[in-house]
Amino acid sequence: MALSGLSRRWRPYPVKAPASGMSRRRGFWERVHLDPWLLGMLLLLLCAGLVVMYSASGQRLDTVISQGIRFAVALGVMVVIAQFTPATLIRWALPGYLLGVAMLVAVELVGDMGMGAQRWLVIPGVIRFQPSELMKLAMPLMVAAFLSRRELPPRARDLVICAVIVGVPVVLIAKQPDLGTSLLVGASAVFVVLLAGLSWRIIGLLAALAAAAMPLLWMNMHDYQRRRVLTFLDPDSDPLGAGWNIIQSTTAIGSGGVLGKGWMEGTQSQLEFLPERHTDFIVAVLGEEFGLVGMLAFLVLYLLIVCRGLWLAAEAQDTFGRLLAGSIILTFFIYVFVNVGMVSGILPVVGVPLPLVSYGGTSSVTLMAGFGILMAIHAHRRLLPR
Amino acid sequence: MRKSRHNLKSPEQELRIFRVRALLALVVVFSLTGLLMGRLAYLQVVQHEVYTTRSEKNRVRVEPLPPTRGLIYDRNGDLLAENRPTYNLTLVRERVVDLDATLTRLVEILELSPEEAEAFRVRSRQRQRPFQPALLMSDLDEGQIARLAVNRHLLPGVEVEAQLLRFYPDAEVMAHALGYVGRINAEELERLDPGRYAGTHFIGKTGVERFYEDALHGEAGLRKVETNARGRVLRELGRTDPVPGKDLILTLDKRLQHLAFELLDDRRGAIVAIEPATGGILAMVSAPGYDTNQFVTGIDVAAYRGLQEDLALPLYNRAIRGHYPPGSTIKPFLALAGLAEGVITPDKSIYDPGYFQLPNDDRRYRNWLRWGHGRVDMERSIAVSNNTYYYSLAHDLGIDRIHANMTDFGFGTRVGHDIFGESDALMPSRDWKRGRYNQPWYPGETLSVGIGQGYWQLTPLQLATATAVLANRGHWVRPRLARRIGEEVVPEALPDTPDDIELANEGWWDRVFSGMEKVISGHEGTARRTGVGLEYRMGGKSGTAQVFSLGQDQKYNADELAERLRDHALFMAFAPLEEPRIAVAVIVENAGGGSTHAAHLARAMTDAWLLDDGEPDAEEIREEMENDDERLAGN
Repeated sequence: MALSGLSRRWRPYPVKAPASGMSRRRGFWERVHLDPWLLGMLLLLLCAGLVVMYSASGQRLDTVISQGIRFAVALGVMVVIAQFTPATLIRWALPGYLLGVAMLVAVELVGDMGMGAQRWLVIPGVIRFQPSELMKLAMPLMVAAFLSRRELPPRARDLVICAVIVGVPVVLIAKQPDLGTSLLVGASAVFVVLLAGLSWRIIGLLAALAAAAMPLLWMNMHDYQRRRVLTFLDPDSDPLGAGWNIIQSTTAIGSGGVLGKGWMEGTQSQLEFLPERHTDFIVAVLGEEFGLVGMLAFLVLYLLIVCRGLWLAAEAQDTFGRLLAGSIILTFFIYVFVNVGMVSGILPVVGVPLPLVSYGGTSSVTLMAGFGILMAIHAHRRLLPR
Repeated sequence: MRKSRHNLKSPEQELRIFRVRALLALVVVFSLTGLLMGRLAYLQVVQHEVYTTRSEKNRVRVEPLPPTRGLIYDRNGDLLAENRPTYNLTLVRERVVDLDATLTRLVEILELSPEEAEAFRVRSRQRQRPFQPALLMSDLDEGQIARLAVNRHLLPGVEVEAQLLRFYPDAEVMAHALGYVGRINAEELERLDPGRYAGTHFIGKTGVERFYEDALHGEAGLRKVETNARGRVLRELGRTDPVPGKDLILTLDKRLQHLAFELLDDRRGAIVAIEPATGGILAMVSAPGYDTNQFVTGIDVAAYRGLQEDLALPLYNRAIRGHYPPGSTIKPFLALAGLAEGVITPDKSIYDPGYFQLPNDDRRYRNWLRWGHGRVDMERSIAVSNNTYYYSLAHDLGIDRIHANMTDFGFGTRVGHDIFGESDALMPSRDWKRGRYNQPWYPGETLSVGIGQGYWQLTPLQLATATAVLANRGHWVRPRLARRIGEEVVPEALPDTPDDIELANEGWWDRVFSGMEKVISGHEGTARRTGVGLEYRMGGKSGTAQVFSLGQDQKYNADELAERLRDHALFMAFAPLEEPRIAVAVIVENAGGGSTHAAHLARAMTDAWLLDDGEPDAEEIREEMENDDERLAGN
């Protein structure tokens, strides 16, 4: 597949595939607009995730089943989105973005308080969801659509416009407060700009500026966020509170050793020492029960997905597709890195789930929708003029 | 750093840039993954021994410490809701080996009846957070505790825990005002912050307990304990103490509340009394009441069904949810609207032949006094509760102006500041009728509204509030139940208080007050018998609400049916006239024609609040009323 994909780029016009057995299969994947490699790896990841979930939820089959249903829905969403053409996606960029911002403002005004943060929008009896999730897709879509119409690399004026496009929702999400999501949304936009060819001088300048802005950020953080950062630096300072998770999760991972204690045999996780063990801290269960071998297997699988995603991005026919696909796959990687990083104690705890493994419906749907976009860009490229 | 600036997009260049950047990204991705792998290898290979030892020794568990719920006091510091120490039976399902066997054994040990045993089983199956103790039974007696202690080794996962249980000393009297706490149910479990509610079994379900749940609950603490392999606690390693909930001091006066409840006796009705200067609710009673303590420990099905099927609807909070046609009680408000809109002046009078007719309409809208009151000015119209005057006034005002002016007094809106479950009742308007019935507004309907009938419905709380605003000469205060939350005092001017009502002529208030004083103290006032021996000046207005249809779809026997078709008696009053210290609304359902009953109750309330002559005795007041009735019957 990969090879044929490469060669197809040199063909000026689409060529009908001959009716041989081999190409009949290729014909199927093209008809459904899916990428079999990516799909295969995602399915493998989802299944492995459910196996870990069974143990992490304390052998609660109902939890696993409801997670399975969420995955099925997410897969469905991916398949549906893959059917759209990039031209359609580009048309959605502005309305989607504006809708997202409007809903974030609505959250600010009438949002539902959940666990001390105002993140939910509720239409009573109908639906209850987090607009910041929509923003995770709308943001890179908007920035990619904007930049792809400009001359690249982007000029200063375009960058200022980008900064406004990125800034408004990021600030709104950070205010909810949901630092993790606001960083992810911001990152997805930054990736688009970086991939578009932001000059190294500006990158250096921004990095310096970001470093300088750190104290400012610190001053604007909520107490619990500051506590998390401080606890990260010294987990033993707060063994009953925020430090508890880190101490317990590193203990769980470390005691797992090379081969792990075995499925459902993790004493740390099974004896309820780990809070949030089936959501953000599921990696600790994975590390304890499947050991270094299991962890590496998962990381390699993630790495392969990222490689395939970047390949699909590079294969895209126009700038819009490339930028969007590249941003989506890099954001996906950031999820993995931040989650594993925080659970293994090299990053502060910032509520980011392990993609497609942690319990939770919305994030799985968003992630799979992202893969749907990736596949749409790849599968429909011959329909676009070069 | 190329500085080339051209206006044409260059796909080749863009592709080239992208490829370089993507490759760089890939390098970063690989190195970050390498970093993670390195960290994991460090934890799992290099430090493996350390963590294994730590994990072996890890018998430490964090247990939640639920906070004590804040107490609730009345304005004089009398306790209205307290916490009584009790013993509860809890069960952690994850630690139970055989749930069925354990339950069977528990039923034996506790000597439960078959119904109790069934409730027990249902509760054990209810959804719960993993490893959180589920409350199976509260308020164990000593025998049960002793038998459980003996059998403890047979019951892993079952614990007897000492806990504070909410107790309401004046349960029935305070039921509707205070509300109650009950077991956290599955739906609430979804909604609640698990950290804050860890270890908490109870939550405010209605009333003050519900409205001030956040303040009353407090913050959970944590206890770090060392356990043995089976999870039994060996010793405590550290703790963060819970922050107890804040105490509430209410504006209610327990004495007045008791009086109001006893005055209503076994009748159905409501009394709301408000301090006009502050908006503080002095008494808020809906009768009949019910024993809220039953709901705390978990009311049994039969008792609950009994309450639900009781024809007197004890669970129904009439004071804030009851909808009643206001009858003539709203005449002073309409008179003010007429003055404000320039439709009448205080001295202008009309001739009442006993009825009112719309122009070009044969239908006669009758006064309650068939032969009419003759010349009636504004003050007299209030004192004798003349209908013709208000038919004419309502006709001149029109429904739109009536709606606007009455809404200013709070009719048709939710007026309370901290009152859970209040209804906004109904102040009819053209738009409302269009939306509800898809019909235009007819002039005749305005006339009905003018005497407080027709579509207009109010709650006793609304009537008391409007009376307080009237007594304040238009200055708005929102009725509130909480006076102090912990150390924080509830301010008199609440943020979303409606605008004050201002009249062009301040003297108009006095003229309306004068009419209301004549209701009680005038020689032809409708409640003149109530004014006998009055030691202060009081203004009031009676009302009779016609009951046309039966509200509930229930079976009544003939006697009861006849009783339920009788009119509701209403009365609103405030006193003293010069500087009002209490405003009160009384509604007695099906009290029959005339409003003397309600007026007497209002007088008893103002007497109790204004005259400090020892404990008011409801028994005595009722006796006087009955004598009065006999005298009246003799006349």
